[in-house]
Amino acid sequence: MLLVSTRKGLFVVEGNQLSRALFVGDNVVLTLVDRRDGAWYAVLDHGHFGVKLHRSDDRGATWTELATPAYPPKPEGFVDKDMWGKEREWATKNIWALEPGLDRDGALWAGTMPGGLFRSEDRGGSWQLIDALWHHPTRVKWNGGGADHAAIHSICVDPRDPRTVAVAVSSGGVWRTRDLGATWQPHTRGMKAGYVPPEQAEWPENQDPHHVVQSPSSPDVWWCQHHMGIWRSTNNLESWEQLEAQPSSFGFPVAVHPRHADTAWFVPAHSDQKRTPVTGEVVVTRTRDGGKTFEILREGLPQRFAYDLVLRHALAIADDGDRLAFGSTTGNLWTTADQGDHWHPVASHLPPIYAVRYA
Amino acid sequence: MAVVVFTANLQRHVEAPRVDAPGATVREVLDRVFADNPRLRGYVVDERGALRKHMSIFVDGQQLVDRERLSDLLGPTSELYVMQALSGG
Repeated sequence: MLLVSTRKGLFVVEGNQLSRALFVGDNVVLTLVDRRDGAWYAVLDHGHFGVKLHRSDDRGATWTELATPAYPPKPEGFVDKDMWGKEREWATKNIWALEPGLDRDGALWAGTMPGGLFRSEDRGGSWQLIDALWHHPTRVKWNGGGADHAAIHSICVDPRDPRTVAVAVSSGGVWRTRDLGATWQPHTRGMKAGYVPPEQAEWPENQDPHHVVQSPSSPDVWWCQHHMGIWRSTNNLESWEQLEAQPSSFGFPVAVHPRHADTAWFVPAHSDQKRTPVTGEVVVTRTRDGGKTFEILREGLPQRFAYDLVLRHALAIADDGDRLAFGSTTGNLWTTADQGDHWHPVASHLPPIYAVRYA
Repeated sequence: MAVVVFTANLQRHVEAPRVDAPGATVREVLDRVFADNPRLRGYVVDERGALRKHMSIFVDGQQLVDRERLSDLLGPTSELYVMQALSGG
């Protein structure tokens, strides 16, 4: 089963067919499927009425509205201005990452705009801001990439030790705690930004990782689709090495094979200036040798006049490592059962797709 | 006693009937309404208590002035309309 979050609803795919439409008309940002208790979580951005979080304990039949992560009041006199010199509001603008906290039953992590990480210990019933990251001296320098506000979009709970959690921020770098959020260290050595003066190019807070994943089978191996290209770490985030893919190293999502750390997928786009498929051909790139070489996968994907953009949460891999799915802002959804050798269209007229998750 | 009317568009997400509530300012009146209907609060204001960006409140036909603190003064029989601004798609 596949959950497809879109601008106008949450759609369920079963057996490669659309089977249900939930929250029709509502902006569904992303979902979480918690394998510990089978719960589905959905983030809804109502725009006028703010962002809300819902949970279903019966696979989407009924939903309960939960607490939304909420920021504490800004301390009197605390200077917190964004890159435009505007005072940053300590208020949840969106939830851009949601993952299970594997150290404790019912625990969840939520990454938000404007950059706060929150933790719940009661399945979303209440939330607590992780102060140490929010009050890290560099945090006030985090800024929005494509959006107005910085956002935590990737949360990686280490399979060897659930107290170790890494987060990635657009735009604000990669950070990791080894003590459930009490202390944080930057992990961006080797990354370079091209959108700041040269002397600032390697500052951690200037890095714009679009999406970061950790290999479940070899957790020392990490993959990052960065604003400036593709990076990989093979030494548990001590350093990153830049890789080159054709037709482009630019894009948003990345997926890693659950059992082969050297195998990863990307959906390339033409530079940050255009953000469309290169020459109007939708392709997926796959490496099986740790990024030394990339194959271009195009079988079953449109190869003429196609301008689908695939956002950071809109590519997913199933536990079997063979099935993948991706959806575009044009409302196209494709799946594969053979690691991307052949793709099949599931839908071609959905609302803009923001995220896909296997359930 | 002020009368408070909420946009019909809210009703799809949370019950928000027309109510009467006492208070000298918009903040006081809404706090009273939210005390009886806690889920409604997060749909109208954010965690700082500021009016959500794309919401608007009309006080006796006039746009709310203080969107952050909602300190606009009310008369004894004021009418508050809590609406959504025309934006989005």
